[in-house]
Amino acid sequence: MNTTPLKMVVIVAEPVLELRLIAELRQLGATGCSVVDGRGEGSRHGHATDLPGANVRIETIVSPEVADQVMEHVSREYFSHYSFIAYLVDVSVARPAKFG
Amino acid sequence: MNEILRVNLLSPIALAFVLGVVARVIRSEFSLPKEIYQGLSIYLLWSLGLHGGAELAHATFSEIVRPAGVTLLIGCITPISAYLTLRYMGRFGEADSAGIAAHYGSVSAVTFIAASTFVKGMGAEPEGFMPTLLTLLESPGIHIALAIGAVRSGARSRPTSQLLHEVFTGRTMVLLVGGLIVGFLIGDKNWKVIEPFYDTKGAIFRGALCIFMLEMGLLAGARLGDLKKVGPFLLGFGMVMPLVHGALGAWLGTLAGLSVGGATMLGAMAASASYIAAPPAVRMTLPDANPTYYLTLALAITFPFNVLVGIPIYYKIARMAHGAG
Repeated sequence: MNTTPLKMVVIVAEPVLELRLIAELRQLGATGCSVVDGRGEGSRHGHATDLPGANVRIETIVSPEVADQVMEHVSREYFSHYSFIAYLVDVSVARPAKFG
Repeated sequence: MNEILRVNLLSPIALAFVLGVVARVIRSEFSLPKEIYQGLSIYLLWSLGLHGGAELAHATFSEIVRPAGVTLLIGCITPISAYLTLRYMGRFGEADSAGIAAHYGSVSAVTFIAASTFVKGMGAEPEGFMPTLLTLLESPGIHIALAIGAVRSGARSRPTSQLLHEVFTGRTMVLLVGGLIVGFLIGDKNWKVIEPFYDTKGAIFRGALCIFMLEMGLLAGARLGDLKKVGPFLLGFGMVMPLVHGALGAWLGTLAGLSVGGATMLGAMAASASYIAAPPAVRMTLPDANPTYYLTLALAITFPFNVLVGIPIYYKIARMAHGAG
């Protein structure tokens, strides 16, 4: 089957940032995203900030150009202030029109 | 005074809280399912709103206008006094001082409920419009402190509209303000039908509060280990600041014409620190403020202090302000 290579941006962040991040992803050109709650431990053994609520993992599949912009945006806005992880995964999708 | 303290410490609410702390300290596997905790908090806030609204329907404008004005004044004073104390006596940074001040400027609804139960138990029936004052005190303090923090620490501030939206659409505000409006509109006849379930003096409400306090104890117990991290200044701050704010609230409340019960509750509100509305707002606006400081202070120091000893002291102060000794 024909598939198209795209990038999946994966963000693991504090729950207070969820709505703000989703709005920003939209602005940067993502057509949608999936959000799941996460448990786990980080480099500081436990969640660095103790606010109640699970961390969120936000995934969005976008073009390489948008992926680049997203990574630049989040590293500038969030890395120094929040518990925040962002990485890119190469994916092959079957319906490229869905992803912008 | 000792007798009042003893009565309060042996109340089911206080002991449920202590049991929660003990359960966490001995590492019991007991925990309250999140859904039950959230369900109970919805029930408690919604009852508070509805009952307050039903009582508000009986209040006249002239009765409520002075207490409401004093409440707003307290909402403006407490974040500033907390900020100045932390910044200039405690030598904390801008973000930490303002972040903690936002918690002390806002109000803890559970402390309010505990105070309400206490004064009713003492036979000092408070004014029916007290929940209205609670909603007035909820947001100004957070905004004032966040504004100070954003301006002075140069934090990248978010649009005010976004922040206002978060504070005014939060669970506490929707249930309290919504409940007040619904309770106000339904009229006495309809209220009487649902009163047995929502009566904040009733057995169901107080029973639910006891279960809720178990969870509050668990939450506070989980933070006991952090007490070492916050240091002696903040430990003292977490108990002295509520006393100052509580005395101010009870005194100003009396001047505004509130009864002993009402003035005690206004004192408890002024003394309390928010731990539901304030933490996410502070985290978003002042990310450099250390969450361990503000969460430990609000949950593990000031909340237990108020529930166990503070409220009886504000009661005593309110009685003295009324000349009743």
